[in-house]
Amino acid sequence: MAEPLPVAILVEDERQIRRFVRTALEAEGWNVHETDTLRQGLTDAATRRPDLIILDLGLPDGDGVDFLHDLRGWSKVPVIVLSARVDERDKIDALDAGADDYLTKPFGVGELLARVRATSRRRTEAGAGTGTGAGAGATFAFGDVKIDLSLRTVHKGGAAIHLTPIEYRLLSLLIANAGKVLTHRQILREVWGPAHSEDGHYVRVYMGHLRQKLENDPAQPRHILTETAVGYRLVQGER
Amino acid sequence: MLSTNGQRPDPDLLLAQVKQQEAKARRGKLRIYFGSAAGVGKTYAMLVAARKLASERHDVIVGVVETHGRAETAALLDGLSVLSPKTVTYRDKTLTEFDLDAALARHPELILVDELAHSNVAGMRHPKRWQDVDELLQAGIDVFSTLNVQHLESLNDVVGGITNVRVWETVPDTAFDAADEVVLVDIPADELLARLKAGKVYMGPQAEHAAQHFFRRGNLMALRELALRRTADRVEGDVQAYRVDQSIESVWKTATALLTCIGPDAGAERVVRAAARLASQLNTDWHAIYVETPDLQRLKPVKREKILANLNLAQELGAITAVIANAQIAESIITYARKNNLSKLVIGRDPIRRLWPWQRSSGQKLAMLAPDIDLIEIGRAETPTKDRRESAKLPSLPDAESSERRKFKRLRYLWAAIACVAVTVLALPLATHFENSNIVAIFILTVVLVAVQFGRGPAALAAVLSVFAFDFFFVPPRFSFAVSDVQYLLTFCIMLAVGLITGQLTAGLRFQARVASHREERAGSLYEIARDLSGAVQVEQVVKISDESIQRTFRASAALLLPDAGGRLIGTTPGPGAGRPNKDLAVEIGTAQWAFDKGQPAGFGTDTLPGSEVLYIPLRAPTQARGVLAVQAHNRRLLRIPEQRQLLDTFAALIAIALERVHYVGVAQDALLKMESERLRNSLLAALSHDLRTPLTVLVGLAESLTLTTPKLSIAQLETAGAIQDEARRMSTLVSNLLDMARIESGEVKLNLQWQPLEEVVGAALESARGMLQRRQVEVRLPRDLPLVKFDAVLIERVLVNLLENVSKYTPLGSTVTLSAEVIGDYLSVSVADNGPGLPVGQEEAVFQKFARGERETATPGVGLGLTICRAIIESHQGKIVAAQRSGGGARFTFTLPLGTPPLPAIEPEAQVADG
Repeated sequence: MAEPLPVAILVEDERQIRRFVRTALEAEGWNVHETDTLRQGLTDAATRRPDLIILDLGLPDGDGVDFLHDLRGWSKVPVIVLSARVDERDKIDALDAGADDYLTKPFGVGELLARVRATSRRRTEAGAGTGTGAGAGATFAFGDVKIDLSLRTVHKGGAAIHLTPIEYRLLSLLIANAGKVLTHRQILREVWGPAHSEDGHYVRVYMGHLRQKLENDPAQPRHILTETAVGYRLVQGER
Repeated sequence: MLSTNGQRPDPDLLLAQVKQQEAKARRGKLRIYFGSAAGVGKTYAMLVAARKLASERHDVIVGVVETHGRAETAALLDGLSVLSPKTVTYRDKTLTEFDLDAALARHPELILVDELAHSNVAGMRHPKRWQDVDELLQAGIDVFSTLNVQHLESLNDVVGGITNVRVWETVPDTAFDAADEVVLVDIPADELLARLKAGKVYMGPQAEHAAQHFFRRGNLMALRELALRRTADRVEGDVQAYRVDQSIESVWKTATALLTCIGPDAGAERVVRAAARLASQLNTDWHAIYVETPDLQRLKPVKREKILANLNLAQELGAITAVIANAQIAESIITYARKNNLSKLVIGRDPIRRLWPWQRSSGQKLAMLAPDIDLIEIGRAETPTKDRRESAKLPSLPDAESSERRKFKRLRYLWAAIACVAVTVLALPLATHFENSNIVAIFILTVVLVAVQFGRGPAALAAVLSVFAFDFFFVPPRFSFAVSDVQYLLTFCIMLAVGLITGQLTAGLRFQARVASHREERAGSLYEIARDLSGAVQVEQVVKISDESIQRTFRASAALLLPDAGGRLIGTTPGPGAGRPNKDLAVEIGTAQWAFDKGQPAGFGTDTLPGSEVLYIPLRAPTQARGVLAVQAHNRRLLRIPEQRQLLDTFAALIAIALERVHYVGVAQDALLKMESERLRNSLLAALSHDLRTPLTVLVGLAESLTLTTPKLSIAQLETAGAIQDEARRMSTLVSNLLDMARIESGEVKLNLQWQPLEEVVGAALESARGMLQRRQVEVRLPRDLPLVKFDAVLIERVLVNLLENVSKYTPLGSTVTLSAEVIGDYLSVSVADNGPGLPVGQEEAVFQKFARGERETATPGVGLGLTICRAIIESHQGKIVAAQRSGGGARFTFTLPLGTPPLPAIEPEAQVADG
């Protein structure tokens, strides 16, 4: 039984960018709908039941962040934003508004596809997870680190690692969002509670502890990656 | 622990103490060697103390010391450095004075300034030495000085009374009380006399004279008692201050504050001094007020100035002073006392000259109005020296106008006489037709008219002349002063009385009308300048308006001196539109600068350089002084009239506020302009960034999608696609660098400073530079206990990436790059070192210049902006970046970031084990 192709909506006003993104996505087996305005993008998102939205933040007819707020009111479809701006504030705003990932222009096709794969994998896993439940298979691994989510144990290279409650909560949050960028604000809200949303250094200090315990070289992390001034991302495989 | 026990210090009082202590911390300390008479050894004691401090390696200099030829004292000067005095020529005599400016410039730890009460030669900055000392203290220099009891202002008249010698050189009690330490130098009277005889105090004939007049045993004993008592008072004050400080059994001030009233009579000075002494004995605040009635306004300026001088004296002695304009003296005194919660009144006793039995003394009046207020009457015994002193204090001013005025006054009497003659001539033919009573009426009318026209004196003259004329020409027997009918004597008396009274009344009315019109004139000119200034939007307009207004109102030349950005005054020349000669205004910029710096008026009629022709008023606006107003009146008397001075001060305040408003208008405009240009620049940069990056994105994307097409391209084609992609990415980096440079150079970068570990940004930078650094060893040496540092992660990552990129450009494949960090002092020092060829010798600094490259015309790509941006970023973080040759070959780039006090991380409750 041939499954229907997954649907991606591409909201971007630059025709040449649309062209190569479309080519790349179609080669990966996506059904791509293009649009060059936010208004049309929102309509498409409502009518075409997309599996992915790729959104340029710098569209002439409005602010991409507003688009995200609007969209997140009724849809959980993954969104990857494209930003030509260097200002980290815009990226953080987009992520806080519900975007799943971002790419800074200029970006390569390889980077784009890697993000698309990670995003859609997370989506299918989440969908599958609800079906099978967190049984004995509720384990997670990256590098030589293995986490048993039901027993709440962490092993690195076979040796048990001691984590404090906050460190463990931080790690489980990263695992639950593996591959996705989490902003400082999101992490603070989830781990420390909404009252601490301005104390960014908490996150940095504890993330440092996690790296010391789980990374082979904490100064050159391979899995718990820093998105400078934006947040963190947990990467399972080598990039 | 509430204040029910009544022992808690008043917070306001404590606050006042804190403020005082703060002011004191900045000020130098003053120690006064205090004695009862000359020769007790004050200077000697001071020098001994100074020598001790100097031997302990304190920086002590002698500002001025009078040895009076005493050998013992002079010997003590040996080995102390002495400031050379300033030589002043005054009235063809060469005098030496203490050189204040040299002392300020030398700025020693401690300076000795003998004879606190000394009066400076005219032309020095301050008329009195204690004012010099005050300026030294303000500059933070400690001062030792000496003082005799007879020079204390509040005791001046008492001492004068005891010794019959009045000294003119006085020091206000406030200056004495403000001294941090008072050392009493005391010897018994007999010993002092013995020293005098031995010639240790004065030499030769001077000693003889002194022994006969001042140095009598009785005098010396009385002076000694005064000095001891005054010191004891002060010590008690110190103890009380200490008690309040320490809150031990605190002594609280009760509401016994004093009020004294200053009148026009000569005894007022005595009353003021008495009140000051009483207040210091009772340890209370005191107020001095002057109630100005319309009658008192009519007094001669000299007398009014005396009153104001007494008010100033009260202020110097520590009183709060006020001038109240009211016709009802007693009522306004009582109102003031009640309003300020003053429970004791000190007044001078009225002279005993009661004309009518129902007349009451002012004391009785006050007692009737306020039976609950204590009344202290002070006797008014005159000392004969007093008037001499007053006249010495107020030199008469040569006045071009006054002789003219006197002439005009004499003319008025002439006119009055002419009027009487004319009326007599006119009335003569009527005498046969009219009753004499009608003639009398004509004369009275004349007197009234004269009074209206020429004032009181001419009216009196007219009254007398009229009586004589009436008697001579009209009363039978006519043409003789003899009177046949006795009843005419009554007519004369009534005529004279009516003439004098109407003259008095009309003259009074005239005066009141004149006062009222002056007042209106002042109000009018104030209104005008306020209106004009409110419309001014440029400094030039303010200058023009104030020049013109002052010219108009005071008939004076004026100039506004405005400070430049560094606070130095520069004169404003009146614009050609002002059309007013300003040649005669000789502004001394030094004096003006002093007035500006100190915020006090200087020059003519003030305490500072009173000999100057020009008056300098600082323009004090709410936030800061805005400049100095220099005024030179053509008629200097005008500036001495208190109302005029007050009006001038009000003008100055208005001008200051106008200048401040103009200043802030400018500031607001600048801010608006800056905001606007910043907005423009930001949108320009954003647009540039977007427009440059979009085609680059397309290039990178399309080139890469070429490599992914099926069927696969040939190797050569793939290489071309790869090359296009690489060049496009390099172009993108270049664009980023250029845009960042533009942003940083505009000075508008807002750093997103966060407390964070260095490790994180190092990791991110290595991740970004991974592609560039392939086939080079990377070694990272970060101590695990590095503190959190506050920096902008994006920018510091950019610095690290640029440094690593540099390594990749200038080192051969297989080199090693070492990234290390350590804490040095207050800084975190981070270095990136390689073992490549190193920097060109002597180029360690030049590499940070824009578009500098290690070597010229090499194939290595890049424009050389990287290091320039690094420097800009690090400097905006208050750090430093340097390049150096690495020992053992290669280059080393090191930058520092300031450490601070990082916030404490959230404390985690002691961890429960979360492992298996």
